[in-house]
Amino acid sequence: MADPLAPSRCDLSLTVNGATVRLTVPAHALLLDVLRDRLGLKGAKRSCDVQVCGACTVLVDGDPVSACTYLAVEADGRAVRTVEGLGGGGALDPLQEAFIDHAAVQCGFCTSGILLTARALLDAEPAASPDTVRHHLRGSLCRCTGYRKIVEAILACARPGGPA
Amino acid sequence: MSRPLPLRVVGHSVRRVDALEKVTGQARYVSDLERPGMLHVKLLRSPYARARIARADATGARSAPGVRAALTAADLDWCDPYFGPAYRDRPILAAGVVRYEGEPVAAVAAEDEGAAAAALDLIEVEYEEQPAVTTLDEALAPGAPLVHTGEALSGHFADLSSLRPRPGTNVCHQFHFERGRAVGALAEADVVVEDAYVFPRVQHYSMEPHAAVAAWDEQEGLTVWASTQNPYSVRVELAKMFALPLSRIRLVVPHLGGGFGGKTYAKIEPIVAAVARMAGRPARLVLTVEEAFRTVRRCDARVRVRVGLRRDGRLWAVECHADYDVGAYADIGPRVIQKGTYTATGPYRVPHVALDARAVYTNTTPGGAFRGFGVPQLAWALESLLDEAARRLGRDPVDLRGQNLLHHGEEFAPGDTPIDGKFEESLRRAAAAIRWTQAGAAGRGKGVAMMMKASIGPSVSEAIVRLHADASVTVLASTVEMGQGARTVMAQIAAEVLQVPIERVTVATPDTGITPYDQTTSSSRSTTMMGRAVQEAAEDVLGQLLHVAARRLGVAVAEIAVADASVAAGDSRLTYPELLAERFGMGGGELIGRGVVAPGRSAAPLGGSTPFWEMAVGAAEVSVDEETGAVTVEEYVSVADVGRRINPLQCEAQDEGAVVQGLGHTLTEEMVYEGGQLLNADLVGYRVPRADDVPSRMACHFVENTDGPGPFGAKGAGEGSLVPVSPAVANALARLTGVRMRELPMTPERVWRALRARRDE
Repeated sequence: MADPLAPSRCDLSLTVNGATVRLTVPAHALLLDVLRDRLGLKGAKRSCDVQVCGACTVLVDGDPVSACTYLAVEADGRAVRTVEGLGGGGALDPLQEAFIDHAAVQCGFCTSGILLTARALLDAEPAASPDTVRHHLRGSLCRCTGYRKIVEAILACARPGGPA
Repeated sequence: MSRPLPLRVVGHSVRRVDALEKVTGQARYVSDLERPGMLHVKLLRSPYARARIARADATGARSAPGVRAALTAADLDWCDPYFGPAYRDRPILAAGVVRYEGEPVAAVAAEDEGAAAAALDLIEVEYEEQPAVTTLDEALAPGAPLVHTGEALSGHFADLSSLRPRPGTNVCHQFHFERGRAVGALAEADVVVEDAYVFPRVQHYSMEPHAAVAAWDEQEGLTVWASTQNPYSVRVELAKMFALPLSRIRLVVPHLGGGFGGKTYAKIEPIVAAVARMAGRPARLVLTVEEAFRTVRRCDARVRVRVGLRRDGRLWAVECHADYDVGAYADIGPRVIQKGTYTATGPYRVPHVALDARAVYTNTTPGGAFRGFGVPQLAWALESLLDEAARRLGRDPVDLRGQNLLHHGEEFAPGDTPIDGKFEESLRRAAAAIRWTQAGAAGRGKGVAMMMKASIGPSVSEAIVRLHADASVTVLASTVEMGQGARTVMAQIAAEVLQVPIERVTVATPDTGITPYDQTTSSSRSTTMMGRAVQEAAEDVLGQLLHVAARRLGVAVAEIAVADASVAAGDSRLTYPELLAERFGMGGGELIGRGVVAPGRSAAPLGGSTPFWEMAVGAAEVSVDEETGAVTVEEYVSVADVGRRINPLQCEAQDEGAVVQGLGHTLTEEMVYEGGQLLNADLVGYRVPRADDVPSRMACHFVENTDGPGPFGAKGAGEGSLVPVSPAVANALARLTGVRMRELPMTPERVWRALRARRDE
């Protein structure tokens, strides 16, 4: 007879950065741990643990979520995108280019989460205004840059008709 | 040789050398590392601020599933379990007593983090709670319970060779500095302004909490991958604790997810090394943010300052009594108090000063280094009082400051470095940028503030530069990349000197087994000190190249021009690979250059002369919602005197970050204790600035007179611009409302109460 106290396990099938992934995880497993420890995708970072800092942000079906508080089972049947899946065909996403050019990267710990937050925003609103960008960054902390260069980098990709 | 001008790499905003790996998620931090067989460590922490440990027993945890080691202080009899850069007062695990809520009491290493965390519940600890002191008042009260009763000195620093504790009290160090007539001069002043100013407990919140992975090898050697800003200081600690020769300890430091001073000196490296040793397996500990709040913080302070001026506006005398709360363990607090207090008079000429500071133990998270290193606490007081003095004298605050600024070349203190900047230029730039002389819009007020800080002295930086057979270059330097862009700056300097493309330069990961000695990545010192060491090492290589070239070409060294990884004289041109082949007679071998910057001790009051003076100005325009007390910084201007920017855009990015971090302790950040418990050790209750808190108008300017001692005339940057934020905002608020704030952060509630008190007067 199964141990009633043993954590129940769940079979998942999801796509991660375009590839189908099948794995069995404890029901309580967090998406962040599955990505980092099972799939070796270390780009998403753990920091605040309470959905404030945004370092762990990844996209699930295109929407930004805090992977530190998102159960892996919730991603079953969905498409997860991490920073490792940004860009394509050997080219960087325009946001990645802009972050480099605008000096929007310092320690880099917040960078993955902010890039994905910005990607989701620009996918929904290609011509996002400065206020909209700042508003969407409320869920992302950065302790190094003072945010200005991050906002500038995102706006460089948000100009109407721009590379986004 | 003739040096090509203008500069090709230095002074240009080249892309960060680590930018690509960071935007693609490939940059690796300690928490991303895995070692074969690695165990995961969790710590059991004290629920009490002060207690006697009657019993601590980890036996129950040892047989829990997945657990490979469980230990308390009693299990650490095989090493010297105390550490600390000033006093060796901090135990690996609390022994007999706990001194703050959150202090580690026991540790478990298990196959995964979940198993380790679960086993913590099986450790039995009986505490006898005792009265705690969690504020300066409580700690300094007569008969207060003592946090410590006498600890050993560590002797790491020239300026800490004479620590002055006051036995029988909670004062673990006192500092006194005087100049001119310390006593009586204030009586000769025409105007004296004085008050007490309070600076809060704040936490660095580097987004990456402290992390370390330790592994012992077959030769009893220890390797620790650690998120530390000074691997060589940690190495010294570990060598003492585990009785190992320095050569047997490797500290390897990958990217840091922020530091800001919170990752200086040993923090969690000792416990991870001890656990790995006892478990016989590599061990990893990654703190949570809540634990980081219980590891280190800035020293809060209460500062009483009296400033005396002559009728004509000349600063005449300053008296200062600063009490800094260093928390439960001294960490580097004793140096914080003396460095901060030493420049309590800012960038001004004050003939008579008497400055006193005390470092006070309390039963709270240990206070240590944090960007600004003791200076923000005192600048908050002095710069606020200067505006009060201007008001009393009927003077313009900018004019009054300008009248009293130290001049280039002037002595600050006997034996220390003369002033190396033209501060009046910075003040003028800031005033112009904030449109000081123009009336602001209705409901807006403007304020200015300045700061000056000594860097660390004496200190040592050594570098090695290797020119390989294909004309690529490796820079070996132990400066830690924590976001500030040090690797990029070092690559720029080497590329400039050696005339190779920056893409051909690799800056090695700091590793005490490989990269040479560097004292610390802090105190805004790396560009100046390590930058010079890298410059010297690269010039050493270049000298060797030129020697080979001169012999081969049959010309004097002075006749050789260097460009594009080649040398040329007359019609002859040789590439570096050709010169290396000439030197070694084959297609192998490399040229190795060495740079050593070690100014040594001096007669300066702190034991060594500062290599440079860090100076910055801040100017703020604010508005306030009188209904809620919420202060909005509408515009902020920062000016920093940096000698020369090695990378202009990165310099700007550093200072923008410094200003915004300064806005944190100015408006929102404060660690709140109640009954000895830290109530807001998380990012919900502890509010750091967000993107929408950044002033909509903001500019960081730089004064570049190439008058620094660093490479190409550079001096340090990165700390200075944080410091003036609080007093600049408070001065602006005072000029707008007439209300003088004396306690940080200026939360809406505090401002609202002050506004109401003024209305009720």
